[in-house]
Amino acid sequence: MCHQTVCLVARHLEAHGIPTLVLGSALDIFTAGRPPRGLFVDYPLGHSSGKPFDAADQLRIVRAAVQGFERLQGPGELLQLPADWGSDDWRLQAGATKGEDTRQPRDESPQFERPGDRAAAIASGAWSGMVGD
Amino acid sequence: MSVNYMQAIKARYESLGYTPYRWFEADGPPPFAPLAKPLADCRLGLLSTAGAYALGQRAYHYKDDTSIRALSSAMDLEDLRFSHITENYLVDAKRDPGCIMPLASLRALCAEGVVGELAPQVFSCMGGVYSQRRVREETAPALLDAFRAEGVDCALLVAM
Repeated sequence: MCHQTVCLVARHLEAHGIPTLVLGSALDIFTAGRPPRGLFVDYPLGHSSGKPFDAADQLRIVRAAVQGFERLQGPGELLQLPADWGSDDWRLQAGATKGEDTRQPRDESPQFERPGDRAAAIASGAWSGMVGD
Repeated sequence: MSVNYMQAIKARYESLGYTPYRWFEADGPPPFAPLAKPLADCRLGLLSTAGAYALGQRAYHYKDDTSIRALSSAMDLEDLRFSHITENYLVDAKRDPGCIMPLASLRALCAEGVVGELAPQVFSCMGGVYSQRRVREETAPALLDAFRAEGVDCALLVAM
């Protein structure tokens, strides 16, 4: 979904004159969504800007991404960067065609906070005035 | 061979008896705005769809939360938090945000002179929104206003 969302946002920004480049790791969603410029990195979702605790890999990927602004000259071009995660085990689960029903009732309260985050948001005033109070 | 997520998710939903999900498939070439000046002179904007927020901000809810958060590009990375409907993809990001929210890498590229500068504020949303209409009508226009207010010359959008 995130890859679809960036395609829609990129097309909107670009139509209003802001050059964009999307960086991500779902090639099929980028190919369908046709963002103005893109860089695909074949890593598991959640690692579009590099391997964790590997600053060199992160810098390499983000450098290639920003350089794409000058390298890509036509609408819809998608670069692919050599990427070796080290193992292919993740692909099986990522491409699984069976899964559990994870639907949940509508709940507009914030999710997955770390302990203390909610108190910090309340203290800063960010809590009030938003949907779901 | 890269993973075919669209097919896999379609099949997964079908086997659970959900209404078939209609992915966005562009029916024409994208718009294109050429870079107006060299990247080394550009003010770069950043969007992460990973549900990033700063300590002190409100976390996202995960039922089509279309809101956005502004984060200082100079923020202490220790204060970076994430909340997202696909929480399972954030295990690594919560230990090292650089794998999905490339603030450290972008700061380094600015220091090197590859990029002119990072906009004072960068943005995040919770990209797991199923309603394409709501992304088009709510998230995208809010981000356009936000990036314009930051005076960006171009914007890097990082998908999770």
